[in-house]
Amino acid sequence: MVQEAVDVHMESRNLVVRYGNRVGVGVGGGVSLPLYRHRITALIGPSGCGKTTFLRALNRMHDLTPTARVEGEVLLDGENIYAPGVDPVLVRRRVGMVFQKPTAFPTMSIYDNVAAGLKLVGIRDRKRLDEAVERALKGAALWDEVKDRLRAPASGLSGGQQQRLTIARALAVEPEVLLMDEPTASLDPISTQAIEDLLLTLKEQVTVVIVTHNMQQAARVSDFTAFFLNGEMVEFGPTELLFTKPKDPRTEAYISGRFG
Amino acid sequence: MTAKDLALKRRYRTERLMMALVALGTLLAFLVLFLVLAYALFQGVGALNLDFFLKDMRPPGETGGGLRQAIVGTLIVDGLGLLIALPFGLAAGVLLAEYPDHPVNPYLRLLSDTLNGMPAILFGLLAFILIVKPMGGFSGLSGAFALGFLMIPILARSTEGVLSLVPKEIREAGLALGLPRWRVILSLVLPTARAGLITGVLLAFARAAGEAAPLLFTAFGSPLLELNPLKPMDTLPLRLFAFAISPYEDWHRQAWAAGLVLFGLITLTSLLARRASRRRF
Ligand SMILES: Nc1ncnc2c1ncn2[C@@H]1O[C@H](COP(=O)(O)OP(=O)(O)O)[C@@H](O)[C@H]1O
Ligand SMILES: [Mg+2]
Repeated sequence: MVQEAVDVHMESRNLVVRYGNRVGVGVGGGVSLPLYRHRITALIGPSGCGKTTFLRALNRMHDLTPTARVEGEVLLDGENIYAPGVDPVLVRRRVGMVFQKPTAFPTMSIYDNVAAGLKLVGIRDRKRLDEAVERALKGAALWDEVKDRLRAPASGLSGGQQQRLTIARALAVEPEVLLMDEPTASLDPISTQAIEDLLLTLKEQVTVVIVTHNMQQAARVSDFTAFFLNGEMVEFGPTELLFTKPKDPRTEAYISGRFG
Repeated sequence: MTAKDLALKRRYRTERLMMALVALGTLLAFLVLFLVLAYALFQGVGALNLDFFLKDMRPPGETGGGLRQAIVGTLIVDGLGLLIALPFGLAAGVLLAEYPDHPVNPYLRLLSDTLNGMPAILFGLLAFILIVKPMGGFSGLSGAFALGFLMIPILARSTEGVLSLVPKEIREAGLALGLPRWRVILSLVLPTARAGLITGVLLAFARAAGEAAPLLFTAFGSPLLELNPLKPMDTLPLRLFAFAISPYEDWHRQAWAAGLVLFGLITLTSLLARRASRRRF
């Protein structure tokens, strides 16, 4: 496979997120982390180390938490998404998110779930919607399982299917970056496998940032890995390098299973 | 026997005592309800016939007739009141639940708590000042406003409660799709809470249906069927009150019957509300 030159798609600079007076992530000068285009970057580290907090800063989800404050910059194609006048809604259209808990919209059919992002911004053209839904469901490796029951309620799908549905829903609006917060944490091994396989094809369309506290998963799917500990980003590098030749003793301790 | 055993025994005894008290309390509550219902049935069932629903009331001294004008009036005045209250009640509930740090919310909450605890007759007074006076006369519409004022805080609080039960994951998923906040509320949060919202609306309707006080100097009452809400209109609680304090035997019976119909209407609405709330999503 010919890969284009690796360039930075998104980047955090000295990013600190506080909840009230407590630092959620960014201990020690803030997190500065490049996210490369069409690559998968994994964020690993023990529970409570700030992975989710960092991820949510990348599409301004913290705007909704009254106590949360974000300092530093997040550049998307060189533009700071926290600059005054930037509309968070437009940022989120470019930077989509999949959450840990599969959350299909319970009142909607499978089709409407996937079309939700498009319909609700005013796209009504039947043919265009049909195509987008099919493309997104194929992209999320769910099409074959649901193509005969697109009108059925989404709440009837299994957990693994619902998680792929939320991926399809996120893909349908054609984001450039997809943030995934432990997308397989609540799934069985087979669904987990399906989503891991999916990630490898997804990166041809989007830049992926995936939080996982499963190191094997990070090693299997990601191109780059960042290791977080107690609110600090300890180390970042190509996945292979980070797992075989960690520079920081704390990284080594973590990946060799001595804590966390 | 050890001290521990004794303590355990004492706990069992307290538990049994509490259970007995709870059972007694429940029984008393049911007994009161049963007595009221039985007595109303006993007194009013004789007046409950087809005419009661199909004919208007008769002048004192004449027997027969019904309370059609009050039944229809109740539905119209209460229904109009609901229409008036709905947008304000829903909007206030949405504001309270979905924009918790909005600067007007502390005042809104204080206002809705105060209104919730306000004697119903004051809503009538409010409608009298705001509607009856400027319009120069009593009317069903002014009664609808009085009931509407009464329903707004009920709707606001029930809406707030129901919306706060919608998982925050649904909101976040919608926002993460790049939907503006108002879109998320209209297209995702409200539909998810639909059953609960309907329940709240029905309960507000039932609550207002039983009120006489706010209508005394607004809807005022009418002996004949009146469909024009700009004219005085009758309602069941108003008629019940007027008949109950009258000296006529026949009217007393009809007052009891009016109570029964009102009871039926409210029970029916509450049952519908329960059904709506049981349906998930
Ligand atoms: N909404 C919040 N309010 C206050 N503190 C929070 C909130 N969310 C997370 N935190 C705190 O921030 C730290 C990082 O949490 P989080 O980013 O969820 O970690 P991770 O995803 O790595 O498990 C933790 O100490 C957590 O308790
Ligand atoms: Mg997390």
